[in-house]
Amino acid sequence: MSPRVTFPNKFLPYLLVAPQLAITLVFFYWPASQAIYQSTLREDPFGLDSAFVGLDNFRRVLSDPNYLNSIQVTVIFSVATAVLAMAVAMFLAVMADKVIRGKGFYRTLMIWPYAVAPAIAGMLWLFMFNPSMGTFAYMLRSAGIYWDPLLNGPQAMLLVIVAAAWKQISYNFLFFVAGLQAIPKTLVEAAAIDGAGETKRFWTIIFPLLAPTTFFLLVINTTYAFFDTFGIIHAVTGGGPGKATETLVYKVYNDGFVNLILGESAAQSVILMVIVIALTAVQFRYVEKKVHYG
Amino acid sequence: MATVELKGVRKVYGGSVEAVKGVDISIADKAMCVLVGPSGCGKSTLLRMIAGLESITHGTIDIDGRVVNEVGPAERDIAMVFQNYALYPHMKVYDNMAYGLRNRGMKKDEIDARVKRAAETLELSALLDRRPRELSGGQRQRVAMGRAIVRNPKVFLFDEPLSNLDAKLRGQMRVEIKNLQRSLEVTSVYVTHDQLEAMTLADQLVVMNGGLVEQVGKPLDIYEKPASTFVASFIGAPPMNLLGGNGGKTGAPLTVADLSDLGVSVPPGTTTLGIRPEDIEQGDYAGEGLKTQLTVEAVEPVGAESFLHGKAGTHRLVVRVPGRSIAEPGAVLPIFAPRAKLHFFDANGKRVEG
Ligand SMILES: Nc1ncnc2c1ncn2[C@@H]1O[C@H](COP(=O)(O)OP(=O)(O)O)[C@@H](O)[C@H]1O
Ligand SMILES: [Mg+2]
Repeated sequence: MSPRVTFPNKFLPYLLVAPQLAITLVFFYWPASQAIYQSTLREDPFGLDSAFVGLDNFRRVLSDPNYLNSIQVTVIFSVATAVLAMAVAMFLAVMADKVIRGKGFYRTLMIWPYAVAPAIAGMLWLFMFNPSMGTFAYMLRSAGIYWDPLLNGPQAMLLVIVAAAWKQISYNFLFFVAGLQAIPKTLVEAAAIDGAGETKRFWTIIFPLLAPTTFFLLVINTTYAFFDTFGIIHAVTGGGPGKATETLVYKVYNDGFVNLILGESAAQSVILMVIVIALTAVQFRYVEKKVHYG
Repeated sequence: MATVELKGVRKVYGGSVEAVKGVDISIADKAMCVLVGPSGCGKSTLLRMIAGLESITHGTIDIDGRVVNEVGPAERDIAMVFQNYALYPHMKVYDNMAYGLRNRGMKKDEIDARVKRAAETLELSALLDRRPRELSGGQRQRVAMGRAIVRNPKVFLFDEPLSNLDAKLRGQMRVEIKNLQRSLEVTSVYVTHDQLEAMTLADQLVVMNGGLVEQVGKPLDIYEKPASTFVASFIGAPPMNLLGGNGGKTGAPLTVADLSDLGVSVPPGTTTLGIRPEDIEQGDYAGEGLKTQLTVEAVEPVGAESFLHGKAGTHRLVVRVPGRSIAEPGAVLPIFAPRAKLHFFDANGKRVEG
């Protein structure tokens, strides 16, 4: 044990943590408390006055069929995005693990999409699948599929899911590659000698041993789909057609900044905040229990 | 119940690294064949080729009369014990042992009977519900053995299975492996860099160096008649004294002056003289052999025996003395070795009879 460093000055330690505290206060606690405060107020239609309404905003939000629709959209969108992004990334990582020559080059290429900003990624997909000028839309149409994400809700959903997942694949890929490298080669060899074919080895040895990585990524990806996909949705569908792709985060933005229903929008943010806290708590609980084998 | 036959086996990695350079070994049914050699000499590569984990660049490998070059590891009917044990960390001991049987579609009762029997043999019965991380090194080693024996394969392959254990446990497991292999009568190939392990376990000892076989034979035959200076210095501890010219410093051949220093005559062509530390005795000697004076420089007592390090003329020598040595550093002792105990090697390091 090294001796503890002690400061003779009582004031210095506080000074040293002050910048961190200031940032947290200004960028988290202050807006968070503002949101909570706002969520208890209701503005008059002209925005001239506001009145305290207690939990009434929450009551309204939770009984609003549009909000319940938004929850459903979010769950479908998040689960589909997370599952798609992870499944594709895992598949690519398992394949990349087999590549011997040009491994580094291949991996570098795989990581690039992560550097693309969400809104740009959204635009990219929007262009490719734009019903009037997109290359892929044209190909789909010549294949006999009636493709119009601007009018067709499920198609719009599919498009944002694919665009959102595409962006996250690189990140997941990186973690899966690292996770695969941590599995000793001799385990796979022992399983091969034990008569397990390639598919069986994957499901009985590799997949279970990747579980800590997979779980970590599941939480990260769900959080990503919940909160970080605003840019993609905004660029591709704007929540439409007819609220078919309006996720919770998008609704907060739409109600607050577009429709200026500030109180209810704030109540929605508070609910979202509770969801993040719950997700994070689950992550810490579960990851701590699960990661320790190996 | 199988023989293993290697004919002209070579392995080239990535087109340039030649790890195994042409090996012929023929292993009899039920025999324990030990491959021994320094690190990097290609032992593991050779073993992995027998297992089917590594492709064979050249030559053939034949198990039980069938060439297996193109046969996958699962179909070769072999079991392998890895250096790091390679136990499946997410499975209980029971499932670790049952895994290979389940993959082969064996009936549940039969699997259960086999796993329980193997667990009993290896004293693992109480540990079947544990996971590998809850076991000690020695217990993990046993599970790895158990996983091999439940399968009842034609050939066991061991890749330095004891090198992660402490010295005491290693000695104990060595005896157990030997007994197990004897009682199961399964042909085995065992890789190690430890010459003591090699000597004690082998029915057939293969000494390897730089991707080539230096010598094959019974352990004591190799000990008594090493085919080369490499084998002479690798087998036996402390290693054989190898005396060359110029005090052995530059690998120059023995000169007339050297030989008169040592009081010995050698067959023609000899450039290096070998003598084991335990074959050197103290005192005067009337017969033919090596006769010289040892100036003691250091004494290493290890209990049952002591080792004297010293010089005879320009030549460094190690001499083994039973029990406690009364010699002190600086003492000059007359020493000798009968001619029959001497080993002679030519300029290529090959043994010369004489
Ligand atoms: N996968 C590989 N690719 C390239 N070279 C290898 C590979 N495996 C082993 N080698 C080389 O082959 C030689 C023999 O290795 P190995 O069989 O592991 O030796 P040992 O088991 O006797 O210590 C070494 O020089 C090693 O660097
Ligand atoms: Mg090795």
